Amino acid sequence: MTVFAVIIINKAGGLIYNRTFHEGGLNKISTNDYLVLAGTFHGVHAITTRLSPVKNVPDRNSASSAGILTRPEPPSGLEVLESENFRMQCFNTLTGTKFLLFTDTTQANVDVTIRRVYEMYSDYVMKNPFYQLEMPVRCEMFDRKLLSYIREINNR
Amino acid sequence: MAQSTKPPANKDQTSFGSGGSGLRYPSNGKTIYHRPLNRTKTSELSQASFAYLFAEMVTYAQKRVTGIQDLEKRLNVQGHPIGLKLLDLLLFREPPRTQTRPLTIIALLHFIKVNIWQHLFGRQADRLEKSSNPDTPDEYMIIDNEPLVNAYISVPREMSSLNCAAYVAGIIEGVCDGAAFPARVTAHSVTGNTKEDEMWPAKTVFLLKFQPEVVEREALIGKGQ
Repeated sequence: MTVFAVIIINKAGGLIYNRTFHEGGLNKISTNDYLVLAGTFHGVHAITTRLSPVKNVPDRNSASSAGILTRPEPPSGLEVLESENFRMQCFNTLTGTKFLLFTDTTQANVDVTIRRVYEMYSDYVMKNPFYQLEMPVRCEMFDRKLLSYIREINNR
Repeated sequence: MAQSTKPPANKDQTSFGSGGSGLRYPSNGKTIYHRPLNRTKTSELSQASFAYLFAEMVTYAQKRVTGIQDLEKRLNVQGHPIGLKLLDLLLFREPPRTQTRPLTIIALLHFIKVNIWQHLFGRQADRLEKSSNPDTPDEYMIIDNEPLVNAYISVPREMSSLNCAAYVAGIIEGVCDGAAFPARVTAHSVTGNTKEDEMWPAKTVFLLKFQPEVVEREALIGKGQ
């Protein structure tokens, strides 16, 4: 049960945060490769989004909707990618920021973890007056909270 | 503050003259000054909305500043009027028996540590200290282990001497000035390597430097008793 790494990609496909937590879980790659990985994943995600059909087309005649138009759920793209040694989960926020979590294949409740990471991002990055939108995340407080949270999971 | 003020539905209905409508003057003519002062005594506000507001205040103060000291000065100035008003409000809310203004430095510091902190942050400040340096008998310290205003703020490395709690320092300065104990109040981050400092990475010391006449008066009061 281990979380290997967290990556955050902004809505333009740029890498704004990457951090590895567990030695030996993933091979080290250069920062440049991480940037390429982020950009590539962003592109693949965009294409897979176009593949998937829109769910819940609103039924205007049903009584339950009572005149309130329900918005169809936006098509979601690639969410999980699994290899022999790791599992990558993607969480795409409504504003298009992507959170990627690399874990080992037996890790449970990844969606809970990833939402908690998102929550920390919205607290310690978005509420920080010194953070510029879409730029790399350099917030000491975010680093600290994320590290202690992931450490807690990895030591469980 | 929990009550939302409705924008006027019809301009003709406002009891104020032309141009008098807007958010500042609700259509029923009841402004914040018409409300009883004790109404919001126990009401709480959302910390998230405060965090966003404060982040914008810091961004606003950052515009056209010449340096970190200037920025802290601006935050201080934003807090000052709040302190002046808070002193009167909180004393008004005290039971009549204890409604007197603080007359000594210790009483004032205690009032800030207990009443002001309780009202603003829902808890007391962590510690009060007097400067141990004999050269600066006019300096006192209020210590907060994790200031609410800094809860979500990470200061970039190139501005490491900045502490956004300068805003709270401004509030304290306002209280001191209002109570006729003129002082300069500044906020300082504590970075040490002791275990306690590591436990509270956001620990902030508010340094109160009273004007010489305050210390002089204090000494005279001490003699008289």
